[in-house]
Amino acid sequence: MATAPAASSHEPLPGTVQNPYSALPNWFYPANVVFWLGLFVVYAAVVVLVERTGRYGPYLSPFFSPEINLRVGGFLIPPAIWVAWAPLAFRLTCYYYRKAYFRSFLWHPRSCAVNEPKRATYRGETRFWIFNNLHRYAFYAIFIQTLFLWYDVIAGLLQHQQLGAVLGFGNLLMLVNVLALSGYTYGCHAFRHLAGGGVDCFSCSRVRFALWRGVTVLNVRHDRWAWVSMFTVWGTDVYIRLLVHGVIPHAAWN
Amino acid sequence: MAVSTPSRNVVLMSVFRGDADGGELVNYRVPIREGMVVLDAVLWVQANMAPDLAVRWNCKAAKCGSCSAEINGFPRLMCKSPVAEYGEEFTVRPMRTFPIIRDLVTDVSWNYEVNKKIPPFTPSAEDAADPEPWRMQQEDVDRITEFRKCIECFLCQDVCHVLRNHDRKDAFFGPRFMIRTASLEMHPKDALDRRPLMKGEGGVGMCNITKCCTEVCPEHIHITDNAIIPLKERVADLYFDPLRAIGRRLRGKK
Repeated sequence: MATAPAASSHEPLPGTVQNPYSALPNWFYPANVVFWLGLFVVYAAVVVLVERTGRYGPYLSPFFSPEINLRVGGFLIPPAIWVAWAPLAFRLTCYYYRKAYFRSFLWHPRSCAVNEPKRATYRGETRFWIFNNLHRYAFYAIFIQTLFLWYDVIAGLLQHQQLGAVLGFGNLLMLVNVLALSGYTYGCHAFRHLAGGGVDCFSCSRVRFALWRGVTVLNVRHDRWAWVSMFTVWGTDVYIRLLVHGVIPHAAWN
Repeated sequence: MAVSTPSRNVVLMSVFRGDADGGELVNYRVPIREGMVVLDAVLWVQANMAPDLAVRWNCKAAKCGSCSAEINGFPRLMCKSPVAEYGEEFTVRPMRTFPIIRDLVTDVSWNYEVNKKIPPFTPSAEDAADPEPWRMQQEDVDRITEFRKCIECFLCQDVCHVLRNHDRKDAFFGPRFMIRTASLEMHPKDALDRRPLMKGEGGVGMCNITKCCTEVCPEHIHITDNAIIPLKERVADLYFDPLRAIGRRLRGKK
């Protein structure tokens, strides 16, 4: 029997505690979130503030749907500004993204059972972050926006056929994007609550129970829908933007 | 005092030995056998090397919730943690969130005090006076059965950074008591409204959805998705949703 250097059981441990349920090192998740989410935010900010259109023939970027071209004194207000606030608010207050940014950007905590940097008194979501309680209002906005995106997909397909082509690569991207966004939006925790989660007696309200179960199917993978839909939005916009700027040729099947 | 063991097929287990005044990690070489869990190793040490080693355990079947500890710094049930997962060396410490009594035993009585603050199941006067046995439908039972799987191991309380890192036991009941409250709030025969308690002393707003409680739960209860988030949404219904507030006023409710 040998003894290690004296230590208190409640002394801070090194920040290297490994989650035994995960094969990945504990820095992997926060590092990935910071990189990908950070990169997306920068990309989105540039598109919203700099780009003037998301339209290329029958295609419309999700950043610009619905299209609102408002001029003030001859100056076109960046059209994406009218749209971007809704997904920004939805993702900022999303219960999954809260985990992602609290862990990765704020280290509250960076990973389970690791130490946190010394900071002021922790108040959770009771003070500054209290606005997260309005997630349902962001859901209402994104619910409507998703309907616009479905309209864009259908309108894009119809317009393409009027131009003599059956299907464009952009149509496919827009369809995949709206499917991913629908999976994310309609699996939202606030929607799950509104659908039936707020009811105490499921057997007294069969319709709401059925709706709650449907939302739950999507909700159990809400994190994956969140990431997949972020990348589909990104990919769809990149493709349309490359077309707009004439970098790549239009690909379509006749 | 030390028992000589074969050099092969042994692991080096460092166990915290001490009390509130301090202590140290003591190394024990433990012979391993197939299927051995960490609790087996600790009990082997107690039987062969350190009869005064304090450890709380009962069922050795992951059902009593007694043998919670931190293995390599991560909260787990010792009886559900195979030694083979940890290689040749690992540490065993008591839960950090609660005051230590001795060695691996902590004082978890704070949890029982919190439990007393949650009003128990309270049926309506009508239901209470009903002489017939109550009938519940399976879907209503299923929902709250998940919460009643809790074995009160308090690993979720231990890993919760609000309690563990910030020591805000004054402001947050912790995940275990979020699921207890949810099991009562979602019971179709319960008539009490615990949302004011949750917003106030219960402190559901302190949770920032990092989901560590869900990760460590040995019963795989979806603590965050099925209890804490629904409670947050119910609190938002009452306190943070202006449209619902207007609706309540129009209907003449407070």
